[in-house]
Amino acid sequence: MSRLPVAKTYKLFIGGAFPRSESGRVYDVTSPSGEFIANASKASRKDARDAVVAARAAVAKWSSATAYNRGQVMYRIAEMLEGRSAQFVDEIQKSTGASAKDATTEVNAAIDLLVWYAGWTDKYAQVVGGANPVAGPFFNLSVPEPSGVAFVIAPQGNATLIGLVAAIAPALVTGNTVVALSDESSPCAAMSFAEVIATSDVPGGVVNILTGSPAEIAPWMASHQDVNTVDLGGADAELALACERDAAETLKRVIRPGQFSSTTGSVDRIGAFVETKTVWHTKSLA
Amino acid sequence: MSFLEYAPAPESTSILKLQKSYGLFINGEWVDGGDKSYTTISPSTEKPIAEIAHASAKDVDRAVSAARAAYDTVWSRMSGADRGKYLFRIARLIQERARELAVAETLDNGKPIRETRDVDIPLVAAWFFHYAGWADKLEWAGLGPNPKALGVAGQIIPWNFPLLMLAWKVAPALAAGNTVVLKPAETTPLTALLFADICQQAGLPDGVVNIIPGRGEVAGQALVEHPGVNKIAFTGSTAVGRSIARTIAGTEKKLTLELGGKGANIVFEDAAVDEAVEGIVRGIFFNQGHVCCAGSRLLVQENVHDEIVEKLTRRLGTLRLGDPLDKNTDIGAINSKEQLDRITALANTGESEGAERWTLDCEIPTNGFWFRPTVFTNVATSNTIAREEIFGPVLSVLTFRTAEEAITKANNTPYGLSAGIWTQNASRMLRVADELRAGVIWANTFNQFDPTSPFGGYKESGYGREGGRHGLTAYLSNGDAR
Repeated sequence: MSRLPVAKTYKLFIGGAFPRSESGRVYDVTSPSGEFIANASKASRKDARDAVVAARAAVAKWSSATAYNRGQVMYRIAEMLEGRSAQFVDEIQKSTGASAKDATTEVNAAIDLLVWYAGWTDKYAQVVGGANPVAGPFFNLSVPEPSGVAFVIAPQGNATLIGLVAAIAPALVTGNTVVALSDESSPCAAMSFAEVIATSDVPGGVVNILTGSPAEIAPWMASHQDVNTVDLGGADAELALACERDAAETLKRVIRPGQFSSTTGSVDRIGAFVETKTVWHTKSLA
Repeated sequence: MSFLEYAPAPESTSILKLQKSYGLFINGEWVDGGDKSYTTISPSTEKPIAEIAHASAKDVDRAVSAARAAYDTVWSRMSGADRGKYLFRIARLIQERARELAVAETLDNGKPIRETRDVDIPLVAAWFFHYAGWADKLEWAGLGPNPKALGVAGQIIPWNFPLLMLAWKVAPALAAGNTVVLKPAETTPLTALLFADICQQAGLPDGVVNIIPGRGEVAGQALVEHPGVNKIAFTGSTAVGRSIARTIAGTEKKLTLELGGKGANIVFEDAAVDEAVEGIVRGIFFNQGHVCCAGSRLLVQENVHDEIVEKLTRRLGTLRLGDPLDKNTDIGAINSKEQLDRITALANTGESEGAERWTLDCEIPTNGFWFRPTVFTNVATSNTIAREEIFGPVLSVLTFRTAEEAITKANNTPYGLSAGIWTQNASRMLRVADELRAGVIWANTFNQFDPTSPFGGYKESGYGREGGRHGLTAYLSNGDAR
């Protein structure tokens, strides 16, 4: 006799908790053949703003954690993902119609990408920063610091898991916190990834994941006064243009569509979420 | 004669061989401008210096085409070593013509000759010398083994450090292999035009550097909008920076912005008081306060407030305001009538909002644009003069009790360009430096600049860095490196 499975309710991930959308809205997630998979929460403007509040509150703790600690936590995310890879393969297959082989390749690549970025946390500052040989009796040092709160849009309609990981991880390396909007059409893997985050010692609010419509949510984030960086990698050209214009009002750092690969790691992508701080100090024997 | 009185010691302007009028410098030639020409005046006397052609949108197009052709046919094909040699030549020519450039800058800008001679022009030469050496070492810039120039850079610079801002823009752009179209500020085009002459003396290939004075809303706008420009670099107001960011949205253009600031200069009770006072003066009265990274908000620990303010105002009493060409002058002229009006209005707002105003008791010349060094005490964080960039010799003094309060107040601004810390406690200095959200932090010093030291802001002070390896990467792409 076959067992009746227990279906999962997919909710949002804000401040370390899994609330439903405050709007009460959901949307159908279907397979490519139109078969119902699940109801996903359709995040509202209010949910997105709540996520920014949670992300801002988490900046102090995450950015002041030691680089070694951030590296261990990010490696922990990879460990947890590895342990649940079968679930992700299944979700990717169901929602995108990918073959088991392709879905496995994607999950493995996402795990390896997290390991790669985890290793950068305590090396990046040394590689891009350092002492500047100024012409005077000064100690002068440049260091990279996180810009603050990042809003990232995962690729839409492809790379559902790895695209999300590739958008979130580079921001985390230097201590940014993230509000991520998943692939709208296949949000299940994204919300399961939120469960991975929630069990990886990532402090609440450091990563927040929303499901819903980029066209509805992204403009609010692009104009939000408390967001420092927007990654428009998953936005279409029309939405990206509108968001880049909105982002200009508060001079946000903007990542344009196509600027980075949606499936591989990039040192420059870490740099897109970073400010360089230069400190001068006088030297003397007095 | 009291110890404060000095015999006049004016620098001679005879070293200048200025023309009555200047055209645009496009493709190695001087050409007429299509927009209405403009008479640049000396802000200390209001006397005309020269008639300056202004570029129209059509001229901008011509300059961009020249820069593109120079990029395609000459500059992108030249070895890095040879590009570097041109930059070394330029650095040397600037050193050789330093006095002439200092006089021209002081005449056109109104800043004291002491500053142009000892700060601006030496730094200009240092900037070119530094980046000259980068030109054949780009694979070490951190962008992988095969970094590529971006192409044509459109550069728009302000009037507060005219030639120095040109150097910050042009030197890294050329070293990285780009060609440039540069628009100097409307009120200070003179040294950029002399720089065009230096390019000719250096034998720089035609079209590699194009200088097009003009109005922001005409030439500047056309340059930002031009589809043939690959990179925009702008230093100026946050309002214009926003508009540029909006304009280039949806294009492939790269952008770096150095915008406004409202820098906090934090003085702790254990600071070396005399040095701190010198640093406060340097922070806000250097260059008449026309400095985006000025320490315009003084945050003083409450228990030393009275002592610091007393010593500060006494020190300000020894500053000499007057003829910028006089070698004894500390405070020169405000750059323009427009800026003087803005400073005056903001200072009046400070008074009407309840802050206590102290003004240096000194004579000011009859002609020209002048503003007496001004200090406001009893300033609240909500006051206009504690929030808005004044860009003039006006200091707002606030107090704090704990380091945490100082950090909170310092960071309570949409800007994030500079900050200062004065304390003898190194641990506290490093911790406070960590917490400040600003791109340049000066500890027990202020307003230091060096070509090897990255400069630029957080938040609404802009993005990107100028100076050093960081500044070089703003003009490169990484090819396909990951």
